[in-house]
Amino acid sequence: MSLSDFSFLVQNIAELADWRYVTMWVIGGLLIFLAIKYEMEPTLLLPLGFGTILVNIPFSGAIDRLVNGETESGALTTLFNAGISNELFPLILFIGIGAMIDFGPLLSNPKLMIFGAAAQFGIFFTFCTASMFFDLNDAASIGIIGAADGPTAIVVSQKLDSAYQGAIMVAAYSYMALVPIIQPPVIKLLTTKKERLIRMPYEQKSVSKLTKILFPIIITVIAGIVAPESVSLIGFLMFGNLIRECGVLNSLSETAQNVLANLITIFLGITIASQMQAEKFLKPDTLLILGLGLFAFIFDTAGGVIFAKFLNLFLKKKINPMIGAAGISAFPMSGRVVHKMGIKEDPQNFLLMQSIGVNVSGQIASVIAGGLILNFFM
Amino acid sequence: MNFEPTNFISSLEYLAVGMISIFVVIGVIVLVTVLLNKIFRPGGKK
Repeated sequence: MSLSDFSFLVQNIAELADWRYVTMWVIGGLLIFLAIKYEMEPTLLLPLGFGTILVNIPFSGAIDRLVNGETESGALTTLFNAGISNELFPLILFIGIGAMIDFGPLLSNPKLMIFGAAAQFGIFFTFCTASMFFDLNDAASIGIIGAADGPTAIVVSQKLDSAYQGAIMVAAYSYMALVPIIQPPVIKLLTTKKERLIRMPYEQKSVSKLTKILFPIIITVIAGIVAPESVSLIGFLMFGNLIRECGVLNSLSETAQNVLANLITIFLGITIASQMQAEKFLKPDTLLILGLGLFAFIFDTAGGVIFAKFLNLFLKKKINPMIGAAGISAFPMSGRVVHKMGIKEDPQNFLLMQSIGVNVSGQIASVIAGGLILNFFM
Repeated sequence: MNFEPTNFISSLEYLAVGMISIFVVIGVIVLVTVLLNKIFRPGGKK
């Protein structure tokens, strides 16, 4: 037995001379840090961060690799093919999200839905901007980061066969976690103190059970007719909501909201990390995509706020323009951000019900926007 | 990756069509919801 017999223990260390591996470990570590220290979307950022380290160990067996000229399967690549490339994981997650959403505040004040539409402006404006740098399919996939909705971003970028799926998924989920940091300065910049102090008394109106049951079915049919490509997205979301509202599947509803959503989230985060390989991720394009993702969130917020200000020009009973910002789909963070900002300006100004209503409408509108994008480019 | 500023102008059409379409679809959904609320009032006649 000689020392050379143990050379296999250190043969991989030479590979670490490639700075890209270590950089990706740092990025993975940063995601884990943000998840634990600041509790930023920990359910996603933690698996994503750990997965990033996992796939960036030289010759990692977690992803497909070439061994003696033959491809050896890796678990994460297998999971990616089984759950992401066919859109299965994001769609199943949508059942859980649908079961979590209470459309009550929206149904009792349906006019709020219009803000959900306005706050999709960032998607299309970012698409226009991205089209200066990328081909149309990639630009559309980058624009959909502004949907502020991870599953929609995954499905659209997958269906459009974007070459930047990894960066798009990371941007979509990271910025969703950063909504409490991104939105307040944009809202403050676009509103006056007087506008932020506008009170919107909430008039509670009860909604019949039959309306709550018919709503998800009708939305699916309308969205499906307009944008057939969105049927799976909106259909799974509304199926989850129907389970919640029907009143006879409480056990399934609870499972969808908790166990199913958690289970898929674990696999989703770590599977997306399979796209975070150094050679694919550390490119100038990725930095540009991350910048455009931020741009999309900023213009979504601006679109909602400016639209509310525009409506105020014609309304006798003024709207607090901050609620327009909740039309971004990041549910329920965006609704909470607006509510907290209202309370900060005036401790008696409760905007929670209105902002959550707008936030829920943003969820619907973002899926419809995803369907429209697919209609345009498929 | 190339820089083609003219693409911004040519893709503005998608912005216009996309935003108008979303407002139309959401408008229809608002109308349907208002109708649902009127037809099926809680505690109203079945």
